[in-house]
Amino acid sequence: MKMDYAGLFHALQPEAHLVLGALLVLAFDMVWARHRPANRHHVALAIGLLSLVLAGWKAVATGGTGPVFGGVLMLDTLATATRVGVVTLAALAVALLPSPARLRHPAEFVAILLCATTGFTLMAAANQLLIVFLAVELASLSLYVLAGFDKTRPESAEAALKYYLFGGMAAAFLLFGFSLLYGLTGSLDLDMIAAQLSMRGPSPLLLVALGMVLVAFGFKAAAAPFHLWAPDVYQGAPAPAAALIASASKLAGLVVFTRLLWPGLGSAVGTIAHVPITVGWAPVVALIAAASLLLGNIGALAQTNVRRLLAYSAIAHAGAMLLGVIAAGRLGPGPLFYYAATYGLAAVGAFGVLSVLEATGPAQKLTDLAGLYKRSPLLAGCLAIFVLSLAGIPPLAGFFGKFAVFAAVLRLGGLGGPVGWLAIAAIALSAVGLYYYLLILKQALVATPAEDAPAVKIPLPAALALLTAAALLVVLGVLPSLVLGIF
Amino acid sequence: MNSWPLLSWLVFTPWVGALLVFVLRSRLPENLARALVLLLSLSTIALGACATAHFDPAVTGMQLIEKHAWISALNVNYHLGLDGLSLVLILLTGIISPVALYGTLRHVRCPAIYGALFLVLQGSALGVFVALDFFPWFVFWELSLIPAFFLMKLWGGPGASRAAYQFVIYTIGGSAFMLLGFAALYAAAGTFDFVELAALARDGTLAAKLGGPGAFWPQAVFLGVLLGLAVKVPLFPFHTWLPPAYAEAPTGASMFLTGVMSKMGVYGFLRILWPIFPAPLQAAATPLLWLALGGVVLGAFAALKQTDLKRMVAYSSINHLSYCLLALFAVAAAGSTNPAASAAALSGTVLQLFNHGLSAAALFYCVGILEQRSGGKRGLADFGGVRSAAPLFAGLCGIAMFSSIGLPGLNGFVGEFLIFRGVFGLAPWAASVATLGLLATALFLLTFWQRVFHGPAAGAGVNFRDLDRGELLTLLPLITLMFLLGLVPQLLAGLINPLVTTWAATLP
Amino acid sequence: MNALPCTIYVAFTGAFLALVAGARSAQAARVVALLTALTLWGLTLYAASGFVPAAGLQDLVNLPWIPQLGINYHLAADGISLTLMVLTGLAATTGVLFSWNIEERTGEFFALYLSLIGGVCGVFLSADVFVLFVFYEIAIVPKYFLIAKWGSTNREYGAMKLVLYSFAGSALVLAGMLWAYAASGGQGFGLAQLAMAAADFTRTQQLGMFALVFTGFAVLAGMFPFHTWAPTGHVAAPTGASMLLAGVVMKLGAYGCLRVAMPLFPVGFEFFQPVIAWLAITGILYAGFVALVQEDFKFVIGYSSVSHMGFVLLGLAAANATAVSGAVLQMFSHGVIAGLLFAVVGRMVYERTHTRHLMDLKAMPLHRLIPFAAVVFVLAGLASMGLPGFSGFPAELTILIGTWQTKPLWALAAAGGVLVAAAFTLRAIQVSFFGRTGPDVCTEAPHPLPPITWPEKAGALLLLGATIYLGLCPDTLLDWIRPALHSPVFQALLSGGPS
Repeated sequence: MKMDYAGLFHALQPEAHLVLGALLVLAFDMVWARHRPANRHHVALAIGLLSLVLAGWKAVATGGTGPVFGGVLMLDTLATATRVGVVTLAALAVALLPSPARLRHPAEFVAILLCATTGFTLMAAANQLLIVFLAVELASLSLYVLAGFDKTRPESAEAALKYYLFGGMAAAFLLFGFSLLYGLTGSLDLDMIAAQLSMRGPSPLLLVALGMVLVAFGFKAAAAPFHLWAPDVYQGAPAPAAALIASASKLAGLVVFTRLLWPGLGSAVGTIAHVPITVGWAPVVALIAAASLLLGNIGALAQTNVRRLLAYSAIAHAGAMLLGVIAAGRLGPGPLFYYAATYGLAAVGAFGVLSVLEATGPAQKLTDLAGLYKRSPLLAGCLAIFVLSLAGIPPLAGFFGKFAVFAAVLRLGGLGGPVGWLAIAAIALSAVGLYYYLLILKQALVATPAEDAPAVKIPLPAALALLTAAALLVVLGVLPSLVLGIF
Repeated sequence: MNSWPLLSWLVFTPWVGALLVFVLRSRLPENLARALVLLLSLSTIALGACATAHFDPAVTGMQLIEKHAWISALNVNYHLGLDGLSLVLILLTGIISPVALYGTLRHVRCPAIYGALFLVLQGSALGVFVALDFFPWFVFWELSLIPAFFLMKLWGGPGASRAAYQFVIYTIGGSAFMLLGFAALYAAAGTFDFVELAALARDGTLAAKLGGPGAFWPQAVFLGVLLGLAVKVPLFPFHTWLPPAYAEAPTGASMFLTGVMSKMGVYGFLRILWPIFPAPLQAAATPLLWLALGGVVLGAFAALKQTDLKRMVAYSSINHLSYCLLALFAVAAAGSTNPAASAAALSGTVLQLFNHGLSAAALFYCVGILEQRSGGKRGLADFGGVRSAAPLFAGLCGIAMFSSIGLPGLNGFVGEFLIFRGVFGLAPWAASVATLGLLATALFLLTFWQRVFHGPAAGAGVNFRDLDRGELLTLLPLITLMFLLGLVPQLLAGLINPLVTTWAATLP
Repeated sequence: MNALPCTIYVAFTGAFLALVAGARSAQAARVVALLTALTLWGLTLYAASGFVPAAGLQDLVNLPWIPQLGINYHLAADGISLTLMVLTGLAATTGVLFSWNIEERTGEFFALYLSLIGGVCGVFLSADVFVLFVFYEIAIVPKYFLIAKWGSTNREYGAMKLVLYSFAGSALVLAGMLWAYAASGGQGFGLAQLAMAAADFTRTQQLGMFALVFTGFAVLAGMFPFHTWAPTGHVAAPTGASMLLAGVVMKLGAYGCLRVAMPLFPVGFEFFQPVIAWLAITGILYAGFVALVQEDFKFVIGYSSVSHMGFVLLGLAAANATAVSGAVLQMFSHGVIAGLLFAVVGRMVYERTHTRHLMDLKAMPLHRLIPFAAVVFVLAGLASMGLPGFSGFPAELTILIGTWQTKPLWALAAAGGVLVAAAFTLRAIQVSFFGRTGPDVCTEAPHPLPPITWPEKAGALLLLGATIYLGLCPDTLLDWIRPALHSPVFQALLSGGPS
């Protein structure tokens, strides 16, 4: 193994910036800002944003150099793109930082958020099982803390606890699965594992390992039947934290999942493109995808709490994204990345709107959104864009994401085979989805506001973040080649 | 081709006039509106006289032709033309319309709208009689329904809504199948022109194109066109719309409906059905003959049972028009076996069309007078002894009745005589049965005469006011013509004799 | 012709400007909307004046858009597209005129309205199935808000039903489209491209793809039995929106069938032809009979729209040049007539009397209170009945001719539909406007209703003029439509018969 520490450091510059940023935020707060409460959270916000911007810039500057440090990290286009995506989403989430009245420890919040982002960027580039596990755990632990950050509400604590327990179980599964893989192949590097497995062929132990890995990632992506944590966490966590969980965590998680399955476990893929189905992980992922789509969409139909509705919709979207994972082997990760990134933008935006509304009153039930068009036309307009993108309406990015994924999946085997049925189911269920998304918009844009509805004041960073997200969704929707062309 | 489009002027003057009157309705004082309407209506007889002057009866083809390309995508032409049959009917329309308007405009509310609707109706009828391509012909045919509907509904009696609705739906129902028939004809032959289609039928190409004489669909096409026309005449058993419609319509509309609109149906048989479908008509002629007989006999006997005077006259219309169809079907059934009888029958049909128009219109007007004087009652039992109070009225009404019965010396005789002479020669048993109709007609009209005019003054007959000047002026032209055409039928027959002779000579 | 793509941009720009203007005043928004609609219509008429009929699609814009999927921003038009674009312009203008009285959130109303128009224009001009699909979907969301916010009876339910059905239809189209894309090797979505590739598809593939795509579009066209959204949705919608929805948006479905489903999958079409024809006939007759017993005035019109669209679908199913040209003519004619009918019922009657219940209207002598509306409705009703002199007649005649050439039995059933249409239209006219006639009407002083305003008169006269002009000179449109059917794509599909 070549010990190219310089190369490693060079590759990890974004992470370095993020960690430094976290430390700086804490330091500044301890030394200086704590005595000036009025500026405390502006300082935290500024440092957080600065470090994220620098990290993003570094990620682009580093570019796709290829394997690093003997294959521990892989800096290809997917990695760079994911890093930039994750950093952007985190920046948007940070800009939604609640006001001091609701968040008493802004510096800690930002610091932990930066740590989570570090985990995500590492996940983007990881090419070795241990790094994968490390990155996943770094991110997850930070997210557990973020979920429980709102000490004024018991739901937040409940959310954190549930997330932690589920996450811990998933981590155990992941580690065990990885150790089995190591035992089978004698290596931790994904490329070596791929080579070894293709030589050996399938075996029962491999299937067990696969199963465990799938369970862990199913949890991470909030796919059915590992989704039970999602509604409670989305409902209880403070809105910016939920925003981050819904967006960046999913993006990074799916990318690392893809990298693990293709090409790492690629030889054990099996196929669902045609009958007879070969056993492998593809049929299982397909089943998980189908279950998520079904459960997510049907579950969302009955919701009256907007956060839980978004959670179930996240489950449904996870199902669709898993389809992109299946297609990524033959047709590249482009569609999947596009979908996940734009979904992240829309999710951050939706939770961002809720976050801003929370400042003036509860934003949990659908009826809390009533008359938003009158209370704040900007929020209503942005919410319309985010929700319509989630629903998959052109010319927004959400539509094209779905389209690209379905097109990729169908190119695997046409409508005749099982994958075709899956695609049809996905299309049909996305039609169902429009119903509950319109329910949100009905409240926001059609229903009249309550008599005593307080005026909504949007802080500048939040407004900028929402507008940026909305603009990106529109631009990427109209010109998807900007992203697709990268791959 | 004529340099001055006389026929277009003929048809469109009433329409333009109607638009004018409608647009200016609020600005015109009522008297002026009435006068304007009347003037526009009289344009028809004036232009008709002009056409008669240019008309050469010896030429049996179409005259005063106007033909312009209209819708090239469907090979539709704006094609108008005149022969003896059309001319006779145009003259009839030109007489009945102003008479009807003059008699009734004084008494209706909103005379401007009434007059405008009437003019539209008049123009449509004229269009039907001169159009020679199915597309414009059908435009005129269908458009005549709308003013009739509104005239009935807005100025009619208590049951007018239902009667008007039934009338329009029945007629449109028939026309829908006629439309389908012509769509099929176009699909086979590529043209809508009556003259061209008749030529194709004559040399057998049409039958070949429709798929052979024994196939089902050619019969269906024939039946479709037949149905559309049969409802209009009406042919028994498609006549059920007529009695309520004629009875509930206001007097002026009833006069026009019976005088002109019913002739549109028979005209359709002569101009469209017979020339284009000679063989299917011959094949179906015997059952149709029975239906016509049914109309003759049952129409007359139904009239006998009526107590409502207007319904009585309505049923008598069914009876009289069925004579025309009887003659036509007898001619079709017999083929070329007896040309003289065929000529007589056909000649009688055309004359009967004109004469019945006059007598029926006059009768409806008289019933209208009775209804008005009595304040809305028109039952047989509501009157008595009108003759003593209003001798002039009784006299004129009597003349109209006798004309309808067919008394020699009056116009009704000529047509009926010729029809019977012809039918006796072609289908003697049918003619014998039809005489029952004559008998019943005489019975009910004499009953009418006796119950209403004779006997002691009773009911509304007490202090019955005699005709005033306007009413007299309305009836006078009709009565005069009845005498004139009764004594000198050549005036009319001269216009059509060569045409009829040609028809009889070219029978299959 | 090159002016045509500008209609899309004009519409969306106008939508944005209307939104901004609405923040200032309702009147400003109205004026902006009217100017936009007039510009749009003017562009289509200008394109029409310079139109040289040719046998295929004439390219307007063809730029690479998403090379990774082989998608181009490809717009093209032929005579059929042009016909429908002119209709859209007319419907847009008159719709704005009849929405002149909207007071609440006027800017947003017109912004949504114009966006809908923009989407519709985009569909009619697309030559790439992806682009068509995008515009089709863009048109869906404004529909929801137009109905849910400004509608009347049962608006939230009606809006949701309409939108979900449309979306479901589009989902079917998406499935079929993606299947075709995948089966053709993922080359792209251009119409010509897919048509060529489709020639090599297996029979099962053709059948399946056709079934999906045609059904998807037919849902939007209101084909029986997927038509139930139409009466509910159109009744719930505000007048301007129902005019547009029944007049133009339903034609999107029929256009999609004609432009995409039929030429791309001719084998599938041939197989399903009788099914489509019988479903169309059922729609004509069933909707007609249901309209005959409705108690709500607007429902009569709603069901009459389904019945008339049945004629369009029958014409398409008959698959010869005459019948299809009749179908396109009927699309235009019905667009105008439906607009008129909804305008009278929704705007002239309902806004004044606040009832649409036929029995309530019968008690008022409406023909005396709003005589202008009475005359307009009578004329519109006559046009709807297919009376000669109005645009419906040449359209229905042409469809009957074409259908007879394919299968006379279908034409016979369709002729029955003409009769039923006459019956329910006449009943509606009679009961609503002329419910009370007779001399006693004059003696009562009617409680006055607000007079008919100038935008209503202008809109009504425009639509009436269009239907009468087309009734007398259908050649104007038929000269555009018939050459378009000579293109090789259609020739492979249509059977012979005198055209």
